[in-house]
Amino acid sequence: MAEFSTSVVDKGNVSVINLSGYLDAHTAPTLENDFTELIDQNQFKIVVNFRDLAYISSAGLGVFMAYIEKIRDNKGDIKLTNMNEKVYNIFDLLGFPLLYEIFKSEDEAINKFSESDGIGTK
Amino acid sequence: MELARNKKNTGELVVKSRTENLSLIRDFISNQASNSGLSAEEIENIMLAVDEACTNIIRHAYKSYPEGDIVIKLEYNHEKLIISIIDHGNTFNPDTVPDPDLQKYYRNGKVGGLGMYLMKTLMDDVKYISVPGKYNKVLLSKSINA
Repeated sequence: MAEFSTSVVDKGNVSVINLSGYLDAHTAPTLENDFTELIDQNQFKIVVNFRDLAYISSAGLGVFMAYIEKIRDNKGDIKLTNMNEKVYNIFDLLGFPLLYEIFKSEDEAINKFSESDGIGTK
Repeated sequence: MELARNKKNTGELVVKSRTENLSLIRDFISNQASNSGLSAEEIENIMLAVDEACTNIIRHAYKSYPEGDIVIKLEYNHEKLIISIIDHGNTFNPDTVPDPDLQKYYRNGKVGGLGMYLMKTLMDDVKYISVPGKYNKVLLSKSINA
């Protein structure tokens, strides 16, 4: 059976969603719930850490598309970090790097939010 | 797309049209293709293409009805690997699926056609054969450069 899990960790005023396992049409609702809960709490600064994600299909990619506009309308963003090469290649094939900022490390992504708030370190 | 000569290996998996079976389907592809001469990366790509084809069948052909059958056959010889996926759901016309338009998805918050685009990109050839009221068949093929 496909194993997929997420954990949400608050780091300052940014929420980090950690992904682990296989993200497909079966497991995508788990990630949708995380986004819905964060948005319900008016949390729009979201970093998604892909470090432990082994696999993504287009059903998983669709989740990012579903929430991005609402989040940006509320002056937030979804920033992506720590993707392995295989997962990055799928994002790249579909042109997602044009729409999302992708960082090597979680700290870089979190700092990017601080910079745009004008209170972070350069 | 037939492999008449030098047929080496054939496997078949029948599962119900439920997303919980996608992992079973991926494991089947990965196991069956492991000795085909394709690289691990190529096998991963084929796994993804088959996942996308089956996700489309579950969502669009069977419209999430969980008791439909999906029959997946994998065969290869020294030069080519072919996967056929058969369902008995609604007939689907691939020509009506537009190429993905990310800007449009951004505006709508909804994606469509990403799976089919991935299938076409990751495989050498993708063919759809439908006999309305009887079956739909997707054929995916990949050359083996051993």
